[in-house]
Amino acid sequence: MNGLFSARRWSVTLADSAALWQGFFFTLQVSLAGLAVALVVGTIFGTFSTTRSRILRGIARVYVEIYQNTPVVVQVFFMYTAGPQVIKAITGAQTITRIAPFVLGVVGVGLYHAAYVAEVIRTGIEAIPRGQMEAAQSQGFSRVQAYRYIILPQTLRIILPPLANQALNLVKNTSVLALIAGGDLMYYLQGYILCCVMYFIICFPLAMLVSWLERRAKEPGGRAGGARGEKDAGGAGAAPGTTKGEVA
Amino acid sequence: MEIFTADNVTFMLQGLVNTIVIAAASIVLSILVGTVLALVKTYCTGKLRPLAWLVSAYIELFRCTPNLLWILIFRFTLKGSGVAISIAVFTTFTSAVMAEIVRGGLNAIPRGQFEAARSQGFGFFGMMWHIVLPQAFRHIVPALFSQCTTVIKDTSYLRGIDVHEFMRNSAVVMGQAVTLPQILLLYGFVFLTYFVLNFCISLAVRAYQRRLVAA
Repeated sequence: MNGLFSARRWSVTLADSAALWQGFFFTLQVSLAGLAVALVVGTIFGTFSTTRSRILRGIARVYVEIYQNTPVVVQVFFMYTAGPQVIKAITGAQTITRIAPFVLGVVGVGLYHAAYVAEVIRTGIEAIPRGQMEAAQSQGFSRVQAYRYIILPQTLRIILPPLANQALNLVKNTSVLALIAGGDLMYYLQGYILCCVMYFIICFPLAMLVSWLERRAKEPGGRAGGARGEKDAGGAGAAPGTTKGEVA
Repeated sequence: MEIFTADNVTFMLQGLVNTIVIAAASIVLSILVGTVLALVKTYCTGKLRPLAWLVSAYIELFRCTPNLLWILIFRFTLKGSGVAISIAVFTTFTSAVMAEIVRGGLNAIPRGQFEAARSQGFGFFGMMWHIVLPQAFRHIVPALFSQCTTVIKDTSYLRGIDVHEFMRNSAVVMGQAVTLPQILLLYGFVFLTYFVLNFCISLAVRAYQRRLVAA
């Protein structure tokens, strides 16, 4: 703990805080772009694993298992080390181009959390009783329309809390980039403390959002899931318990 | 040049042993600490309320800041072997997660169980130990196990402070890999090892859940 209260070290660190804030905004950008990747890819694989096609279900399963059971650190380092060489081998370029940290962060963290998002989406869709789809089809909805207008809106209220939780974990995991880029700002403990504060600024509102969404999802017949007397949807609201196992 | 020499493989497997030791020790410790935290947060009312607030603050602090930062902070403030520091820091932030998991289990116990225990003359600790906690833990086994895989995966962050765990040792061997096939093979080995370790845990969870449904 030496020098924690040293005025000099605090003043040096605070004088450098512009660079820390720069990192703060970089983290914010990587997180937002990574979240977009995770949501898009995750939704695709999540819906894949609820379709009737064996092949699509298999693809989704393999993706989820591989990404959930290996560390994001290894995944990002793999892209960092092997990525440029693979690109070189494929395109036949003469020189090796390095992948920018921003891209590494967005793709690495995005694809990793996409696997978790996919599982959240899958449990959300499976929580909707089968009868809903049959009823929709009997009313002349196509499968795609039934998903769009009947299934997904109900799913939303179940999946929002775990999704927000994934967003929070995603922000934390962007720190994997520090292993690659190296933190030049970290002379003193003070730098770490400021860094903690900055992450906290991003993550604490997200954590509050998670608990608010959880509370709302528990209310029977809430506003999120459409208005038509969904006592069973309220009961299925207990289903997030099944996704709780996927806290990253 | 050959990559998978006996020396290299033993070196990486030594790292794997450290990874498993760190993960196992911090999982056990953090379940213990986490249970205490969860009990405090859930049942400290009245005059003891501030204790519950303190625990909430602890949980939110570690939930909202990256593990890597705490790994670095511990590394630069504590003295000791890499493995000991790793266990300390992993226990510290995993306890916060475990506390939330255990709290979920506690909340799932019906009120009647408490009333019944009280009516049978159980004190608070007797009630917790014999009635409430065993049921709570049965509820949260899946979440606990998936937290185990998370801890195993997150130990790879320890590479940042040069603890001799699996990822770090593999990265050292990686220094010898020159050609693309060598790099791919080596990463394949690393991925596969983590995968087998974690996938076995996932399978165990699924088997448990199936048994739970069947029962």
